[in-house]
Amino acid sequence: MQKISRETLIEKAKELLQNGTVSSVLGWKAGEFSYDVTPATFNSVEELEKDFVYNDFCGANFSKYLVKATIKAEGKILVFLKPCDTYSFNQLLTEHRFNREKVYVVGIPCEGMVDVEAIRKAAGEGIVSVECTNDGLVVDTLYNGKVKLAEQDVLLERCKVCKSKKHVAYDELLGDEGEVIESKRFDEVERLEKMTPDERFAFWQRELSRCIRCNACRDICPACTCEQCVFNNPKSGVENKAAANSFEEKMFHIIRAFHVVGRCTDCGECSRVCPQNIPLHLLNRKFIKDIDNFYGEYQAGAEVGSRAPLVNYTTDDIEASDAVRKGDGENA
Amino acid sequence: MRKCSLSNLSAVFDKISENLALYIPVDTNGGAKFEKYESGMVMSEALNTVRSAKDFFFPQIEDVAAFKVEGKNIEVVDTRVIKDDFVIFGARACDVKAFEVLDNVFLSDPVDSYYANRREHGIIFALSCSKPVETCFCNAFGIDCTEPKGDVSMWKTESEMYFKANSEKGEKILALVADLLTDGEEKVVESEKAKTKEVLKKLPLSNLSPDKFGGGKTKEYFDDPAWKSLSESCLGCGTCTFVCPTCQCYDVKDFNTGHGVVRFRCWDSCMYSDFTKMAHGNPRLTQLERFRQRFMHKLVYYPENNNGLFMCVGCGRCLAKCPISMNIVKVMKTLGGKN
Ligand code: SF4
Ligand code: SF4
Ligand code: SF4
Ligand code: SF4
Repeated sequence: MQKISRETLIEKAKELLQNGTVSSVLGWKAGEFSYDVTPATFNSVEELEKDFVYNDFCGANFSKYLVKATIKAEGKILVFLKPCDTYSFNQLLTEHRFNREKVYVVGIPCEGMVDVEAIRKAAGEGIVSVECTNDGLVVDTLYNGKVKLAEQDVLLERCKVCKSKKHVAYDELLGDEGEVIESKRFDEVERLEKMTPDERFAFWQRELSRCIRCNACRDICPACTCEQCVFNNPKSGVENKAAANSFEEKMFHIIRAFHVVGRCTDCGECSRVCPQNIPLHLLNRKFIKDIDNFYGEYQAGAEVGSRAPLVNYTTDDIEASDAVRKGDGENA
Repeated sequence: MRKCSLSNLSAVFDKISENLALYIPVDTNGGAKFEKYESGMVMSEALNTVRSAKDFFFPQIEDVAAFKVEGKNIEVVDTRVIKDDFVIFGARACDVKAFEVLDNVFLSDPVDSYYANRREHGIIFALSCSKPVETCFCNAFGIDCTEPKGDVSMWKTESEMYFKANSEKGEKILALVADLLTDGEEKVVESEKAKTKEVLKKLPLSNLSPDKFGGGKTKEYFDDPAWKSLSESCLGCGTCTFVCPTCQCYDVKDFNTGHGVVRFRCWDSCMYSDFTKMAHGNPRLTQLERFRQRFMHKLVYYPENNNGLFMCVGCGRCLAKCPISMNIVKVMKTLGGKN
């Protein structure tokens, strides 16, 4: 359960709206069920009081929304950012994707967000309601009655291996500041590295063969803010709306992964939204791990203006041949 | 009414698949999915597949012709691959109803011969739902999930599968497995249906109604100010259109193979900025217009041209899969008032 309440956030938003600091608020709007929260703009106190929510289903990262919202909005926008969201925020600023002056950031603490698919798996299909309490979730189901679940068991993958409870950008902070965490996020990558190339190929073939090229992973990604993606551009020569074969299936994902290297903050949105449950984060994390390994620790978005190692030549950069050897799992 | 015990179902699968291709839903890391049956495969218990059954008749990508070029000669090759009958086992009532929606588009003049070809070869074993979930609202569109249409209707109890043929095609397949089936009692099926109907009443969307929508409502809804807030967070990703059993838009493209050309079609989405791109661009310039198109098509334009039939079957896939949790139910409730 989140330590900070919806009411606290509404109070803060009210104050900033009323004293003229901001003219609109980017927040999460309640849906039909307990879990289907939608990102929305709130323009008044009444709208906030009616529909604003902050609960364990507020996984959506608002940083990318700022790219468009700051162009449209006349006044300043209040945005609530969880620790992981602030990394995307900084990365977008590094890439000059929006005007910082038009945003007022309130950093909010996060206890980890819940994955409704995981709830379905654990409690059974047919979720009538989910109540988040201090000692776990109480899920009312159509077929299994009330089921109690430990929050830790149904967190989003990215929250299970949360890398930081620290906000790297904010104008104001609500609640206590946290720390960067020694996380286990590379464990799965290591498991893949230990596979033989054939096994690994088979793994990705199996996972990516489910892709329907809905583009949700790309469209949600804060690192994917090109005005027109090469895959949508008829002049690019690689435009494709659907993969014609397994080569094209992999091509989309490999190109996307390469394109976000050094810019992917590991925000986890791609894997969260994939309708086919493809573990896209593993591709990006392999690159993050390799960068750490070859060039020293680097976290995209940790600060504004940092140059990612891959776009920053230095004379002691790793040689290509060593990179291949080390990247193959020889982590010496 | 015929039946077999669930433990005997694999024998039924084996027998059918000896004679023709059989597709059953199986579990994968990404949820249930129709796959070609091979001995030993286990049928998924999931209510629905992530991708709908429309893929059988309207696949995501399909070659429509190939052109072989030699000097000044161009040979046109028919690339149709489906030439034999196949069985889709376990499609639900909503997906089966969706075939009717697609038929109205692809089988009316001019007939889409690719779709027609697949449709003629497909034999549908439709399975009644026993455990509908919170995202289901087929009811709103007059679909009875306990009475699925199709060539064969099926009902599942704790231990048995019941079969009833509705067509000659269906009879034929049941005849293939006649040895494995015994007579089933109507009343078992009836009590099973009654149980499901009790659950249906408890579903959160059980009172949803499309009555405020339908043909002739274009003016009423087209300029509704609510489209702005409804569409504001839409990513334009197209997930909703791709998982939807009734979405039917496609693009036709040519692929240069180096020694000829393959013409194929693939799913397209009205949510995309490059949808129906013409010389001057996409006629719908903003995401609001694209978003509006999807829902107006389903709730107003399609029924207007198809005797009131809505272009949604309430399968709930878009409710479960939209990255921002925006969907047709929220649209209906917002535009039509809280009903
Ligand atoms: S979100 Fe998933 S299914 Fe959609 S394009 Fe990305 S990987 Fe493919
Ligand atoms: S690739 Fe995935 S994890 Fe990385 S920034 Fe994009 S959405 Fe976030
Ligand atoms: S409604 Fe949802 S699934 Fe559909 S395009 Fe918009 S964001 Fe994607
Ligand atoms: S609009 Fe949504 S609920 Fe309706 S048929 Fe399509 S995916 Fe199913």
